[in-house]
Amino acid sequence: MKLALKELRRRPGRFATATVILTLIAILLMFLGGLLDGLIASSTGAIRAQNADAIVYSDTAQASFVRSRIDPELRAQVEAVEGVTEVGGIGNVQLGARVPGNGPRDLASVALFGYELAPDGVPDAPPYGQAWADDSIKADGVEEGMIIEVGPARTPIAIIGFVADTNFNGQSSLWASPDTWRDTLSANRPDAQLGPDVFQALIVRGDGANLPDAIDAATGGATDSYSVDGAVAAIPGVTEQQGTFNQIIGVTVAIALVVIGLFFALLTVERTSLYGVLKALGAKSSTIFAGLVAQAVVVTAIAAFVAGTLVILLDLLLPPGSIPLLITPSRIILSVVLLLVAAVLGCSFSLRRVLRIDPASAIGTTS
Amino acid sequence: MTTAPAAVSTALQLNDVRKVYTMGDGSQVVALDHATLTLGSDEMVALVGPSGSGKTTLCSIAGGILSATEGTIVVGGEDISNHNAKELTKFRQDRVGFVFQSVNLVPFLNARENLLVVDELGKRTGAPARARADQLLEELGLADRAKNLPSQLSGGQRQRVAIGRALMNDPALVLFDEPTSALDTKLGEQVMELIQGEMKSRGIAAIVVTHDERITHYCDRSVHIVDGRLEA
Repeated sequence: MKLALKELRRRPGRFATATVILTLIAILLMFLGGLLDGLIASSTGAIRAQNADAIVYSDTAQASFVRSRIDPELRAQVEAVEGVTEVGGIGNVQLGARVPGNGPRDLASVALFGYELAPDGVPDAPPYGQAWADDSIKADGVEEGMIIEVGPARTPIAIIGFVADTNFNGQSSLWASPDTWRDTLSANRPDAQLGPDVFQALIVRGDGANLPDAIDAATGGATDSYSVDGAVAAIPGVTEQQGTFNQIIGVTVAIALVVIGLFFALLTVERTSLYGVLKALGAKSSTIFAGLVAQAVVVTAIAAFVAGTLVILLDLLLPPGSIPLLITPSRIILSVVLLLVAAVLGCSFSLRRVLRIDPASAIGTTS
Repeated sequence: MTTAPAAVSTALQLNDVRKVYTMGDGSQVVALDHATLTLGSDEMVALVGPSGSGKTTLCSIAGGILSATEGTIVVGGEDISNHNAKELTKFRQDRVGFVFQSVNLVPFLNARENLLVVDELGKRTGAPARARADQLLEELGLADRAKNLPSQLSGGQRQRVAIGRALMNDPALVLFDEPTSALDTKLGEQVMELIQGEMKSRGIAAIVVTHDERITHYCDRSVHIVDGRLEA
């Protein structure tokens, strides 16, 4: 292994091509992962922020606010469930918003929530006509104190401050009182308007062991309840996005594995004579293979370090909200681990060849 | 068949050794046929024969690189006839030295490190190995070339580094595979003088495989091999 590391140090040019290719693959891997995380974060922030033990939709809603209706009678049944301590209504409408200073067609996409129980990081519901906005809306030129006009009815909403990481379905969330939300919904989506005290979903807090199941049982199946994690996964499109991106990430890791495998297989072929000599001198196959693995791991680690640095720089340089890129330490670490596993597996392609190198080849074959 | 006369102790003893290869079509090729050879503890033997005569096979068996089909092989008192691959690897690390035809130094290691490779692959003694490498380089006249890569050394110097590497594990037997084939006549003679001097001064036995009858006089005796059979 010491020998292999010396070769890396003294002949870096020999490994440059593989390092550059692996760096590009690592950048792609981390960027794809960052995009996936960014997309998921921008789709699920409003649900993740809920301080809830259960999120309750109506039975046929399939975890969609638009399709869900919770009337006061159903709410009362939920409130009566043993272990439930707090229940708050929540509703949502997704609209385009005109921002002062922007062109008439340059709309900001917003998801306006009306809420009774404040999510984590969001203050209590503001007075009528006002809203807290997710800070991603700043990318659309929205500033504190600005009044934006929401939907075709141009419902005015005053932005009184910003909150973080609460986006929904890729749109900037606005957090308003139930009345603000209900009136905005009626004005802009007359087909979807709701009566007084009717919400789309309920945020439930309590101390029951399995509150979602208990609620659904108590309502006789009239509700479809989730934990916060379950509700996040059930948001339409989230699982599909994750599946698609994870497949692309999987293919990228497979490409990394093939690149490493081919590179070290070629290197092994090129070194057959040297390895024959080393074996004749007493090197074990395991020692030679360990050296190959060490080289692959070091080359991959260097590529991953460079790629990680570049992706973090890219994340810092990109204007906020321009693309849904979220670079987290866990994503970088996961990418590095995947690449290192690919490096070790890729090297294993050369194991058979190393095992088959005959030390007798070092002293000629013809005499 | 040939036997060393009056050797007090032996570095190598091959008794009735055969090596038979089975080919893809099931036919058998006898590469070494009932070979018997004894080397005294500081004896140098030239193994002479044409291509395909079995020189390499004999060397490979004596050096623990190949296993014999039949016969007994004792090197430095160690019977390796029935050693498995792992035991042969250990044997090569500890008991035998090789100088290969094309020298075959590790190209990215300097002269000193090429000697230390033997220790790194084997016992890993550290400081004693470094001291021995320095001593060998000094004795081989390469002390001032210790930090040079093989590409920065002349052919003769590379050959001397290879000899130093073969001596690193204090072997009972050193096998030289065509040590002068890549050198001109003058340099070849110098290298043979060096080999003779080093082996004799250290009391180490050696087999020098060669096509070249002109260098056999540097050895104590010559053994000819034809079609796998040894002839005195």
